[in-house]
Amino acid sequence: MNHEPRTMNYLIPFFTIIPLGAAFLISLFGKRIKGLPDFLANLGSFSLLALSLYSIFLVIGGRTLVYKVGGWAPPFGICMVLDALSTFMLVTVNLVSFLVTVYCINYMEKYSDKYKFYTLFMLMLAGMNGIIITGDLFNLFVFLEIASISSYALVAFGTEAEELEASFKYAVMGSVASSFILLGIALLYSYTSTLNMADISGVLAEKQPATLVNFIAVLFLAGFGLKAALVPFHAWLPDAHPSAPAPISAMLSGVLIKVLGVYALMRIFFNLLGVNNTILSLFLFLGAISMLVGVFLAIGQWDFKRLLAYHSVSQIGYVILGIGLGTPLGVLGGLFHLFNHSLFKSLLFLNSGAVDYSLGTRDLQKMGGLREKMPVTAATNLIASMSIAGVPPFNGFWSKLIIILACLQVNRFGYAICAVLASILTLASFMKVQKYAFLGKFSEKLKTIKEVPLAMKLSMVILAIICIFAGALLLPLFKGFLDSAVNVLLLNNYKEAVFKAAI
Amino acid sequence: MKKNEPGMTLIVKTITRLTVGLILLYGIYIVLHGHISPGGGFAGGVIIALSLVHLMLAFGKDFALKKISEATASILESLGALMFLLIALLGFFGGYFFLNFFLGKGEPFKLFSAGIIPLCNIAICLKVGAGLFAIFTILVLSKGKEKSKE
Amino acid sequence: MSEYLLCLFLLCIGLYCVLRKRNIIKIIIGLGIIEYAVNLFLVLAGYRVHGRAPILAKDQEILNIVDPLPQALVLTSIVIGLAITALVVAIAIRIYEKYGTFDITKIRRLRG
Repeated sequence: MNHEPRTMNYLIPFFTIIPLGAAFLISLFGKRIKGLPDFLANLGSFSLLALSLYSIFLVIGGRTLVYKVGGWAPPFGICMVLDALSTFMLVTVNLVSFLVTVYCINYMEKYSDKYKFYTLFMLMLAGMNGIIITGDLFNLFVFLEIASISSYALVAFGTEAEELEASFKYAVMGSVASSFILLGIALLYSYTSTLNMADISGVLAEKQPATLVNFIAVLFLAGFGLKAALVPFHAWLPDAHPSAPAPISAMLSGVLIKVLGVYALMRIFFNLLGVNNTILSLFLFLGAISMLVGVFLAIGQWDFKRLLAYHSVSQIGYVILGIGLGTPLGVLGGLFHLFNHSLFKSLLFLNSGAVDYSLGTRDLQKMGGLREKMPVTAATNLIASMSIAGVPPFNGFWSKLIIILACLQVNRFGYAICAVLASILTLASFMKVQKYAFLGKFSEKLKTIKEVPLAMKLSMVILAIICIFAGALLLPLFKGFLDSAVNVLLLNNYKEAVFKAAI
Repeated sequence: MKKNEPGMTLIVKTITRLTVGLILLYGIYIVLHGHISPGGGFAGGVIIALSLVHLMLAFGKDFALKKISEATASILESLGALMFLLIALLGFFGGYFFLNFFLGKGEPFKLFSAGIIPLCNIAICLKVGAGLFAIFTILVLSKGKEKSKE
Repeated sequence: MSEYLLCLFLLCIGLYCVLRKRNIIKIIIGLGIIEYAVNLFLVLAGYRVHGRAPILAKDQEILNIVDPLPQALVLTSIVIGLAITALVVAIAIRIYEKYGTFDITKIRRLRG
């Protein structure tokens, strides 16, 4: 029993091989053979989903699997690490990506050059998967850049004037952040003379605490904080996410800011640099400000997607607040809210894309009474709005409840009150969306719209069903999935686990 | 006065005819000796792309596009990336991804040594060279709806 | 020590260009200066005193060489910088076609 999963190590690099191969095959043959890009992209993301669901069974019990690329043992070579936290993030990313890829079959007919879209999409997916499974710091930077550059190009895909402006702003701010991250990596390499993440955590644990490590921590917080859209660094998000085509907005808001920002922050701060109370209170402070600023700016918006983009800022604040508490219950709430937010935020953006596909507008004041003509979209939007607002028994309620209880558990009443206030205002703004878009009187000039095609309906319905039942992850039968992810962060044995598994 | 010919003056065109082949040869040399001396795939690919850009600057874009069209550049680019991925996958036969398995190791400082590294260099040179030439072509022809990616 | 301060000075100049200049092309140049500064810092981090170039030659012994790992990292980083510059320049050309100007204070249709 101890030897059997170890021989399955060779599956780990396939998380990057499959999307890279699909991307370049689509780029080579996509123009000539019709229907090949759709088929290859969906096949690729479905196989990634199957692989990540299978890898849940490989890491049951908190086991860590390590794959040595090229046969070089760490710390000399690059290694790929699969532990419980990586599996959790892989399932989140690949589930949302598969459903968005199904949605893209119909939605992207309106744009030209669909095969170029799929190439960039698969490259972005390869970058995100690579960040999650890597165990080497510079490898993380390279995959981060692959994913970021693909997303800059994808935001500008429609080449309207506003999309180009938003993409330019996003590209400049994103590359400054990447330069800060590279500067931090350079400083860390010169301090510890190794690039392997497990080895760095071992070396830093032995040396005396130095001011240089605090400077490196601030550089990483600024760099990855901008990728995660925390509040002083969030200015690119309200322009970039609405301007992108709707499936790309769903991917950006749903998974990209989480993998590039929150996952990298968790891995680097909890496993490499080591947390102390200063860093945890910085996380709490930034999380609370993000929650409040995001939701206050969101209420006054009349553009459907801009409102959703501001809500992304606010909900990421919830996740950072939960993680910043540092207790097992807090980190559990943060991770569970990350999973839930991927689901309902992608569903909300896909809904706005469906409305855009049928109507051609995103302005809430021009819609009204869409419930009669687009019943599936209206029903899934109702489910997603109730999830994000935290209405029981949908999944948003459970994760927000855990975060608020965890705040009360450590006697931080101010943060708990902030969380409740943000939740109430979220409910208010989604009541506004429901009233103006779906309920109300049906205006006559919208008589000719129809419901969206089958592929788009299918992906929205599947996401809505998972939203309803995701609360079941807290049942004792499935709770081990979340608990082992929490344990990877909070127990201090990243180095021993990796080196023991690498033999 | 003269008609409006594409490209630059006669002196530039004559010198270009002499030097373009040498630049291409130099680029190939840097790529192939990547495991013995500094250089390798990236630097060699850039030099090969520069030889084509030189041709385009001196003779006008139609002449250079007749040599290598945009479609050819796009195909070469994807082929380079797929070749790299294939070489990496072949390492699986030796047991690990990216294993240095090919044809024995040879002695140091010879041209046929160091396993798969020269093949990887050639794949990277194809991708970087074709990619840079495609980027330059697209930025120069700023009509059309192509989006410049890497 | 003074080389590292020079790198930091270059980084600050690049950051000033990105933040305060109004022309899109000057912002792109500032972005390039930031990349140069960080790559220079990464190469300097591998310097050893009295080291020579890390190339094996047939008849010399392997004594003091500088660290070759940052040089490999910088190679990758330069290519990433090339890709970003190419993408941003292409976006800037399209922005000029749509808006008619390179002045970022006039390219502000998205607000709120």
